[in-house]
Amino acid sequence: MSALDAVGTTAEPDAEPTGEAGLGPWAAAWRRLRRNPSGIVGAVIVLLFVLVAVLAPVLAPYRPATGQWFGEVTPTSVPGPSAEHVLGLDSFGSDLLTQLLYGARSSLVIGVVSTAVGLAVGAVLGILAGGLGGWVDTVIMRIVDVLLSIPSLLLAVSVAALLGRNAVSIMLAISAAQVPIFARLLRASLLAQRGQDYVVALRSLGLRRRRIVVGHMLPNALGPVLVQATLVLATAVIEVAALSFLGLGAADPAVAEWGRMLVTAQGRLEQAPQLAVYPGLAIAVTALGFTLLGEALREALDPRSDR
Amino acid sequence: MLTLIVRRLGLLVLVLFGLSILLFAWVRALPGDPARALLGQKATPAGIAEVTARYGFDKPVWQQYLTYLGRLVRGDFGASINTGQPVLSTFTERFPATIELSVAALLLAVVVGVPLGYVAARRRGGLLDNLAVGGSLLGVVVPVFFLAVLLKYVLSIWLGWFPTSGRQDARIDATHVTGFYVLDGLLTREWDASWDALKHLVLPALALGSIPLAIIVRITRASVLEVLSEDHVRTAQAKGLARSVISRRHILRNALLPVSTTLGLQAGALLSGAVLTETVFSINGIGSYLFDAVNQLDYPVLQGFILFIALVYALVNLVVDVSYGLIDPRVRVS
Repeated sequence: MSALDAVGTTAEPDAEPTGEAGLGPWAAAWRRLRRNPSGIVGAVIVLLFVLVAVLAPVLAPYRPATGQWFGEVTPTSVPGPSAEHVLGLDSFGSDLLTQLLYGARSSLVIGVVSTAVGLAVGAVLGILAGGLGGWVDTVIMRIVDVLLSIPSLLLAVSVAALLGRNAVSIMLAISAAQVPIFARLLRASLLAQRGQDYVVALRSLGLRRRRIVVGHMLPNALGPVLVQATLVLATAVIEVAALSFLGLGAADPAVAEWGRMLVTAQGRLEQAPQLAVYPGLAIAVTALGFTLLGEALREALDPRSDR
Repeated sequence: MLTLIVRRLGLLVLVLFGLSILLFAWVRALPGDPARALLGQKATPAGIAEVTARYGFDKPVWQQYLTYLGRLVRGDFGASINTGQPVLSTFTERFPATIELSVAALLLAVVVGVPLGYVAARRRGGLLDNLAVGGSLLGVVVPVFFLAVLLKYVLSIWLGWFPTSGRQDARIDATHVTGFYVLDGLLTREWDASWDALKHLVLPALALGSIPLAIIVRITRASVLEVLSEDHVRTAQAKGLARSVISRRHILRNALLPVSTTLGLQAGALLSGAVLTETVFSINGIGSYLFDAVNQLDYPVLQGFILFIALVYALVNLVVDVSYGLIDPRVRVS
């Protein structure tokens, strides 16, 4: 982190507003983030979500998708809250709370893995395009344009139809839609820095292009990428649910997934609306958490936001 | 202007060409015999032989591709494996429902979103501003299919104000001219048919409209705030122009430019949303067609769907870009 601080401060020595004197840009950003109430709410939601996802086996009162109380579910009614089942049962006779907690797991794993893949591939493309320029840039940006011109749902449907209905294809589908976002972001950020004094200085010092790009320009582009990744995680959580909602999700019913819980709840909307409300709220709150955190990060990392 | 259109059409052809190669490779990348993969569980020896002959799977690959491309150019997108119906005619039959829904949603979003964003910006920091900003955040994070399910439960199942599904009551014997049911009723003077179709349209449009609404409010608010701080607005105020004239001519006209581009970018999101909304309200649009195709892995339909949507999407964006040039003289010059 200290290396990053050094790069940042040398690049913009007097960008810090009063009261933050002596702090590096990352420390100043952290300070601004802590003072942003909606950012804290977002961070708390995200933290809770991650904790629930990781600790699901400990927190959940039962094992997931057992269907062991199937006998209690009748065609006309689904048992509601009781002493044994805080939120009641789902329509397959499993504990609803357990399913919700394990659903956080699927969302987190799929969301994080897909964003990581999308970020990695997009970053490589963006760095090649922005760092090398010339025909490499042209070719890569044409590919990105084509990717952008296909609605993300279609990309997702194609990938899922090609690879079959499983969690891996959902992940790849979501990352495919994210690749152009990250590629453009990194390219734009690198291009913007190209003409800056410190880059010119490094070049005149005789540093190799790869070293300038990887060692100096890239760290300065990290902020926007971090912001975008957080915001993209919010959409990823919704997309995961949307794809399962369309029937593209994991075919294995033993995997608890919020989107599929919503689909199956539709058949019993009249008798048991809670089956739809809880997973829906879970998706919305998680997405809200990532969005709030992302927007707060954006404000915090922007040196111009001197509040 | 003309060069812009030509360049964009060129790009469109390029995209479609690239897509056709991808889609062609796609079916052939399926594991095993392509004819068997296409037919899936319905594969019989006779069926496989027929499909092999129709798609020419026994011929060299380049020849197969040329045949495929030739068919596409002539508008032959193949036939559904499940129903045997031609893909293109099913699309044109079902597309009006999706368009009707999308247009209603967009209209709703613009009619509510632009004034709301404007007022929020003029009274920055006020109660309405906070409500608008908070509400638009909710619109972004609440999944459209969840909102659809909620609306359906509260307003139609619980309160019974609106019908739960479909586009029109089956008991109404309506004449259909255009395929847009609300419009059809007006054209044929079957007022009750139009009214009924409208009642069916309200909830899906509300659900789907939430996506563009949230974004329109945010963009309008942001761009009005930006225009407000510009010199020409201050000059207009100093000249003593009426407030309404300033808002209309000097603020809104400039502020609406970013809104119009955003609308084009929203076409894809709107389409994905329409697919999801249609499945909740059992509307016979392209959404449910896609849903069935995905669940039965009906490859010709999926291929056709992707090409068709890419075409529509690119055309919508072209229209938006061109209209952007028409609204803003500065774009035309550069």
